[in-house]
Formats: sequence, structure tokens, C-alpha cells
Amino acid sequence: MAVEGGFLDKGLEGLNHNFLTGNLEELVKWARSRSVMPATFGLACCAIEMMAAGGPHYDLARYGMEVFRASPRQADLMIVAGRVSQKMAPVLRQIYDQMMEPKWVISMGVCASSGGMFNNYAIVQGVDQVVPVDVYAPGCPPGPQTLMHAILTLHAQIRDGHLTRRPGEGAGLVIEQRDGQPDNGVRVGLSAPRGAVQPIGTR
Amino acid sequence: MTTPTTPTTTDGDTHLTEDPSLTSEGGQELASRDIVSAVERMREKGAVLRIGEAEAAASAPAADYVPEDETMIINMGPQHPSTHGVLRIMMELQGETVLRAKPIVGYLHTGMEWTGEELTYLQGGTNVTRMDYASPLFSELAFSLTVEKLLDVEVPQRAVWIRMLMTEMNRISSHLLFMATNGMDLGAVSMMLYGWREREETLRFLEKVTGLRMNHNYIRPGGVAADLPDGWRDDVLRLLDMIPPRLDEYDTLLTGQPIWRERLQGVGVIDTETCMALGTTGPILRATGYAWDLRRDMPYLAYDQVDFDVVVGTYGDCFDRYAIRLNEIRESIGILYQVLDKMPKGDYRVQDKKVTPPPRARIDESMEALIHHFKIFTEGFKVPEGEAYCAVESPRGELGCYIVSDGSAHPYRMHIRGPSFVNLQTLPHLMHGGLIADAVAVISSVDPILGEVDR
Amino acid sequence: MSDTTDPVEPVPDPLPEMMHGVPVGWSHGQRVLHPSREQLTGLIKTLHDDGYHMCLDLTAVDYLTHPGRALPDGIEPERFEVVVTLLSHRERARLRLRVQVPGDELTVASLFDLHPGTEAMEREVFDMFGISFEGHPDLTRILMPEDWVGHPLRKDYDSGRIPVQFKGAPAGR
Repeated sequence: MAVEGGFLDKGLEGLNHNFLTGNLEELVKWARSRSVMPATFGLACCAIEMMAAGGPHYDLARYGMEVFRASPRQADLMIVAGRVSQKMAPVLRQIYDQMMEPKWVISMGVCASSGGMFNNYAIVQGVDQVVPVDVYAPGCPPGPQTLMHAILTLHAQIRDGHLTRRPGEGAGLVIEQRDGQPDNGVRVGLSAPRGAVQPIGTR
Repeated sequence: MTTPTTPTTTDGDTHLTEDPSLTSEGGQELASRDIVSAVERMREKGAVLRIGEAEAAASAPAADYVPEDETMIINMGPQHPSTHGVLRIMMELQGETVLRAKPIVGYLHTGMEWTGEELTYLQGGTNVTRMDYASPLFSELAFSLTVEKLLDVEVPQRAVWIRMLMTEMNRISSHLLFMATNGMDLGAVSMMLYGWREREETLRFLEKVTGLRMNHNYIRPGGVAADLPDGWRDDVLRLLDMIPPRLDEYDTLLTGQPIWRERLQGVGVIDTETCMALGTTGPILRATGYAWDLRRDMPYLAYDQVDFDVVVGTYGDCFDRYAIRLNEIRESIGILYQVLDKMPKGDYRVQDKKVTPPPRARIDESMEALIHHFKIFTEGFKVPEGEAYCAVESPRGELGCYIVSDGSAHPYRMHIRGPSFVNLQTLPHLMHGGLIADAVAVISSVDPILGEVDR
Repeated sequence: MSDTTDPVEPVPDPLPEMMHGVPVGWSHGQRVLHPSREQLTGLIKTLHDDGYHMCLDLTAVDYLTHPGRALPDGIEPERFEVVVTLLSHRERARLRLRVQVPGDELTVASLFDLHPGTEAMEREVFDMFGISFEGHPDLTRILMPEDWVGHPLRKDYDSGRIPVQFKGAPAGR
């Protein structure tokens, strides 16, 4: 039953909600949160930690995210990992614009979130000046555990549906650092990982 | 009808930024061949240009003439999975052959040399460590050595050997990063996982000693920040037992493998004369057969008291550069065994009260200690007026630090000679005449870290 | 055993004041030459023949707010200095050259002809300080965007800092 501004115009929100569409929406949100494709946007030191998160110790593959898509057209999550300089800011925006909706942004590290320790002429003081940010992950650099906490927070938000209706503004969630924490520090809501993450230094 | 306006960069919808002028860098890009000067065109020959422009214009022979419409300039980067950071390369192709290439940098320029003038000498380590983020301890070491030269202090022996231990461990982790990214760039994706597996073990040790996995700020002017923790010998020995068999695995997986050899041998060849003219140092220079390693030829720390070989290549191609780095891991392991034997006891930092902060426990007991702690951490220690340059052999080449001081607690000018910045100039020479498909292998073998290129 | 990188040369007595016609200074065991802008090209050629084949580093310093620096007799301090570090592999020694550049005449001869590796370094000095290099094939900015105005590492350049309030204060954005 098509309504004004229906499915073709507004996607899921345009449907007359009933039992069937409710379940369909749940299915879509479940699928979206389970198959996020990150775009490669590693800039500086945080990129090394992002790659470490994809490595065997921390293993982003558990969440279906170890394949970083090189083309922004194929990606839906942009993890801005590193400091954004004046020359890079237009490029960042161009890449963001090439991504298809729905898309999300994690600002990884303090340099991406706020300019970090570099409060000067050369660094954009926070990528939220350029793109809307959904999750801010603090750290210099945030370890893989903090990054995964940010990713899981994002997954939980996608799963709950809060991030699907976004009028061009990011969710702006700020998470806490989780480096060196035992496993229960990185559990968030329904996306709790099974199995233990071996914390550093307990060998 | 109003003219269409340039889309703004902060609106929320997914309007495609169609205006290319937003990301074009004008004169910094590779220009088409009909408008560049004769000197630029002669770059195509890959030669080290030693003749003047008039002579170059006069001598461009007809046989080298390539019509404008047979070449194509393409852009690679700055966002690209294989450019090791935000490096942008513009290449002029004739078919699949690369004629001219130009790296365009600056996409990670952080104003770190400016920041270095704002921070005190004690804080300077936090700044320089983020330049070469794959081997941060080397940047800290170069900075600390320069400051100590200006201060004219001598660092205790234990601190010297701890520095050697940590930097050689960092060399191993940086070369493992190279092996991982080199493998992935060439398609050996499993190498990425193996490299990171080993690297995590070294990072575990570095975190145990310095407190951080990366960007440690551990090597400071006067010594190191803290002594080695208990049980460090066992940790190092465990690593030294674990890594060599894995390196043999890499030899099986990569070095002897025909596909790897086909892709890397004969690709990206450079000769010693070109390297010397371009100021290239590190594995790229050693791959051409020239044995220059600062640890042996201009020794710093205590490298004249340890035995190691300088690994040298023969052909100057990508395979040699890969093999040199693999064998340098083995040499570093040999150095670490010797460091384990020879580590002296003593202070881990110089006991000059004006330079190093007092131990935390003494702050409760002594007023003087409290005052020194306060002054050093707020105002910073003053360094006499002068200028100095010190260099270390980082995994990428000669990493130098030039500091001009004016007698205050902040450097007046701090400049880091980043090896990757200078080594990137070899890229056009390496790529010239090669295929576009080999471009990724070439960039990967140069192993640039854009943090120290752009600073 | 000190951990300096430069072999500390025994400072000859009496100090030779000139080398290749250029005043000599000593800085923490490192020989430093002070050529004028006119002498630079000739000196680089002579040193190249002497074995200093590699130019390691070329940078600049803006001495605008410096209280005063020690220079050999006969050298007038100017606002800018271009600092060149050369390396001789045979002698395993570095050599530093400091060229005074006045603030109103910001040009120096380029070292590109003899040391093509200075290409990127001279572009960086041009970008950060505004010093032009005559004879450089492609003197454009390298670190800042092409349309950037100003030279950031000069002492009279505005820092571009934004005021940062303490945590808890309402964000200005």
C-alpha cells in the first residue's frame, strides 16, 4: 500500500508500518550492522593501529569487517584514522561524497576528533568540520580495543535503528578508551563478541 | 537562469563534489609535456640531470619525441590502498609504460616543525615521535642526541644500551611492517597477517617497557624515561627464539617463490650514482651495492661495541630491497643477543638535576626535588645557545635532527631530516620505463612513511 | 664514550680561519663553513670535487626573534640562513654550510645542478620560508596547498591556533 512519499521516495520510513514491515526493518538493520564495509582512509599513525585491529590478534573479521574496500562506492563506513591536513580536507570530503547512503563515519584518534596535539595552521581541528561524525574514538593512537569498542558502539546504534534517520548530522557519540582492558570492557549491547580478547601484558 | 554554484563542502546531503578544482594542486601536479620546460622533459630519461636547460633543449633528439596524444597522465591517490599513507603520484603513461612520474606530497603536513618550536625540550619527544610512526623511537633518539649535544651532557652507559635495545626492537617491528605491507601490496595477503602476528609480539614488549604500543616518548634528552621492568630478559629471549623460525617461513613463502621473484626482480632498478646524487640513504642505497650504514660507518650509541653485518644488495631492484630488510631483521636479532649479554648496570638517565626530573618518591621528601620537578615540567630546562645536527640510521635511512637553540626552554628551530622525504625523489627514476602494474611494487619497496615526509 | 654521530675532530691549533676562501666555525665538534650567497655555488663545486658527494639536508632558519648568534668575523648576520649539510663517504664526515640571506633579497642559487636531491628540500624551504632558489626546475609549494598565502615557518606568521577551553566549558562550534 503505497502512501504519499512512500517506499520509492523515503525508503523504509515511507512504508505504512505493520507487523510485516516491522520485521523487514529489523532484518535490514540486523544485516546492515553485520556487514559494514569500511573504506580505506588511513592517514597517519592511527592507520597502523587500524591495520593492527584487522590483524590476527584483534581480528576485525569477527565482525565481518576485515575487508577494507578501496573504492568509496563500495564502502559504507569511513574510519578517518589520522590527522587531516589542509590539503587533505577537500579530498576527504570528496571521498565521503562518493560513498552511498547509508554511510557512517568513525573519527579515530584525537587528531581526527579535535585536531589532537596539533593546534596549528596545518591541521583541521576535527573532521567534523568537514564530514558529519557518528562515533569519536579517543586515543593517540587508540589501540585496537578502543577502535573495536567504537565499531561495536556503531553497530549497536545501527542495530537499534537510531542512525538510519539522520538529517545530515552525525550521531556524535564519544566513547571511552578500552586499551588494555579485559574482554568485558568491549561488550556493547547485543553485539557482544564471543570468545576472549587477550589483554596485553598478562602473559 | 542562474549559473550553477560550486557545491559547498559542509552541506549535509550526498551531493557529489564535481568541482575538480577543490582537490587540484595546480602547479604542484604533473603538467603535460607540451608546456613543461626542457629540464622537466629530460626527467623522462631517468637521468641525473647535470646539463643546463639550454643544452637540454638543444639536445632533445627526434628519436625521443613522443607525440602529445600518445601519452596519458593519470592520477594515483592520495586515497589509495597501496600508497602507504597519503601519497599522491601522477604518472605519464605511454600505453602501459610509465614515462614520467611525480610524487605530490603534503597531504599529511602537520606543522610539526612549528609545533617543535612551541613545545619544551622535554615535550619535544612527543612531537617528533609522531613523524615516523612506524619506527618512532628513532625519531626520539635523533632528537635526544641533538639536545644532549647542545647541552653537552653525557648519558650513562645503561641508558645507551637500553636505547640500543629499544631501537633495534623497533627496527625489527618496522621491517615486519614493511614485509606485511609489501606482501599485501603484491597480493600475498597472508603475509599481511603473518607480519602483524610477529609485530604484535614486539609491540607487546615495547608496551611493557614504555607503556605504549606506538609513539612511545620513551627516549628523552638525558636518557630514557624509565628503567627496564623485571623479567625483560625473559621477554626478549622469548622473542629472539620465536622470530627466526618465522623468518625462515617467510623465506619459504616469499624469497624462494617464483611468483615473488618474477614480480620483484628487475623491477624498479636504480644505480649507486643516481642514489648518491639524490641523497638517498638506507636500504635503497644499500640495495645498489654500496655499503653505507651509519651504525657502522659513523657509529653512535655503542654500535662500535657490537658485531653485525651491513646487508648489501647487488642489482638495486625491488627484490634486493626486500631481501635487505628481511636480513636486517636477522642482523638486529644478532645485535639484541649481544645487548642482552652486555647490558650494564647503572642509571637509566643522567643525574643532572637541571635536565632530568627527580624520581617521583623523592618529591614527597625534598623541597628541592619538588621545585626541580615543577620547573622542568612547566617551564622546561634551558639549553645553551647554539646549533647542532645529529643523525641515526633508521629503518628508512639517515634520520637527522637539526636544532637551533636560543638559550630558552624551547627550540628556536627544529628540523628533522626525514629519510623518506629524500628517498621519495627516487620514485620517478625507479618507475621510469616500467609498467604501470609495477608501480605499486616500486612504491612499496621504497617503504615511505608519509608522516616524516610531510611532517 | 659519548654517543655523538660526528667524529669529534681534534680542533687544530691555531684555528684555520678559512677553508676554500670561506670562514670556518666550529659547533660542538662539527666544522661549519659560512659562505656568502655569491660564494655558494663555487664552494659546492669545490667540495664536490673534494669528496662531499651527497647533500644530506637543506633547510632554513628565520632568525628574526633570535637574541644573537655567534658568527665568525666578517660575517654579517641576516634574517634568514640557509643551512646545507654535506656528507663525504670517504672521510666519513659531515660538513655544514650556513649561508646568510637578507630578508629583502630572498634568493639563493639552487644546488640542483650538482645535487638533484635538493629538489624537494628547496621546494620545502620555498614553501615554508619564501626563499627562492635560482635555477630550480620546478619551484612550487610542496607541503601546503597551492593557493596558500604566506610562509608558515617564518617567525612573523600567525600560528593559526584556535583557543581551546577547558573540559566542561560549552563547545564553541
